[in-house]
Amino acid sequence: MTSTLLRPSRRPSANAGGRAGARSTAGRSRPGYWFVLPAVALFAIFFLYPLLSSLWQSFFSTTGGESTWVGGAQYLRLFHDPLVAKSLFNVGLILVIQVPLMVCTALGLAYLLNQSWLRFRTGFRAMHFLPAVTTLVAYSLVFRVMLATDGGAVNQLLAMVGMSPVDWLNSEAWSRVALIASITWRWTGYNMVIILAGLQGIPAELYEAARIDGAGRWAIFTKIVIPQLRPVILFSSITSTIGALQLFDENFILTGGGPNNATLTPVLYLYKVGFQQFDFGYASAIAWLLVAIIAVVSVVQFAIMKEKK
Amino acid sequence: MTQTLKRLPVYLVLLVGAALSIIPFLWMVIASTHTTAALFATPLPLLPGGELWKNLARLQQETNFSQVMVNSLVVAVIYTAFSCVVSAMCGYGLAKFRFRGRGLVLGAVLLTMMIPMQVLLVPLFQMMASLGWVNSYQALILPFLANAFGIFLMRQAFLDFPDSLIESARIDGAGELKTFYRIVMPVARPQLAALMIYTFISQWNSFIWPLLMLNTEDKYTLPVALNTMIGLSRVDYSGLMLGSLLATLPLLLVFIIFQKQFVSGLMGGAVKG
Repeated sequence: MTSTLLRPSRRPSANAGGRAGARSTAGRSRPGYWFVLPAVALFAIFFLYPLLSSLWQSFFSTTGGESTWVGGAQYLRLFHDPLVAKSLFNVGLILVIQVPLMVCTALGLAYLLNQSWLRFRTGFRAMHFLPAVTTLVAYSLVFRVMLATDGGAVNQLLAMVGMSPVDWLNSEAWSRVALIASITWRWTGYNMVIILAGLQGIPAELYEAARIDGAGRWAIFTKIVIPQLRPVILFSSITSTIGALQLFDENFILTGGGPNNATLTPVLYLYKVGFQQFDFGYASAIAWLLVAIIAVVSVVQFAIMKEKK
Repeated sequence: MTQTLKRLPVYLVLLVGAALSIIPFLWMVIASTHTTAALFATPLPLLPGGELWKNLARLQQETNFSQVMVNSLVVAVIYTAFSCVVSAMCGYGLAKFRFRGRGLVLGAVLLTMMIPMQVLLVPLFQMMASLGWVNSYQALILPFLANAFGIFLMRQAFLDFPDSLIESARIDGAGELKTFYRIVMPVARPQLAALMIYTFISQWNSFIWPLLMLNTEDKYTLPVALNTMIGLSRVDYSGLMLGSLLATLPLLLVFIIFQKQFVSGLMGGAVKG
């Protein structure tokens, strides 16, 4: 690493003896700067500056167009705000129920869709993947229409089997069910394809050896498939977790965060505080709470990955 | 025979899964071809009706939907083109050159992947307001042009490219840029295709930022236009379903044509393919 710092730029370095071990092309540095410059400039202007600005603003109160330094008051407010607690609870519920449900379903489907004897494999795979092709807002609208209480398609189907209509989008409990069902519909196929790719990476000899040792199908699944898929399952779980923490489009369209904030998520709350109440300071504090939570998740991911190796 | 019987439950499970996946699609198509009243009537319409053209005409008249689709397409295409160039260049710079601060840039790229973009909403909004860029497309495109994931993906794609080839291109007198797009770029074509699809879809889906930035109908992108339709006092549900269908069709088309790249693009290069 240090040798790169010492290397003079611009000097033609062909025939230089010290090139062994340098994977990069021969010490030219000037062009390297030019290649990364556009991205670095854009990052500085549209990422780094806003990021620091957001952190700075989270220490101010911005009511009535005037900002006053309030120190950590906005962060203290987070702890006393029942809506922050509720949005975290809602997301927590999704993390505890939806993510495992979806990852397990995706795992099961991927396993079935990987069987060599299966007919119409490509067709089945494509059909299960299809929900991942939809635009987020569009599919949320379709679910909103299908889940309408009066005459919605789902309630009509329930009526056909003799069940009474469910108030999907206006009851606290059912709106959460509706949200979880919608997200699961949209993302199971996506995760299935990721896991499927992982399955295809398991060497055939492993199955072979297990079979010779007399392992049954279940033993093969639990003793070979699951351990081999560990990194892929972990990847799926972590991306789903981070996705859930950033949930906005679906609940914004389905319920607007209601009823009684039962489907409020941190990002939706940030949106409301920032752009309906124009309380930029507090919105920034909420944003940094989100950053902190996602950072913890990422660190946990990193730790588990490292431990594996 | 027993073999077949044993396998029957598997087919059943997959059929149920496939049906659940497809029914909302079918419903979207069917709903686009009926009147709003019919969507909530008993019995439910199970076959396409004859209202498609009327719904389309109304959608066009009420929300200028063709304009909205063109807007979405223009924004997504321009964004994809520029973002991929920026990512590929940066990825190449990081993979194939040694320069002071390279480690820093790479670390920053990795770090930004962990930071949720929502933290930028308030300051970016203020920045766009002070630049006078609210309700403009540069406000949608510029802030997210440098894409950490894209840079990382392209860097990985270039890492294994043999230095000797770059060296010999230079000896032949090719400039750095020419070497890049004539010699190096073609090798990374699969990764670039996946990245382009990923970038296109992310912009096509993008909702919260355009929702904040766009405030006149002539500028709306699809998600924003669809969202305003549910805010009306009398919601045109069949028009809404047709709009959703039209918003989904381009992605479906991309999926059918570029299936492999689509999948690896969506998965964000999680799996080599």
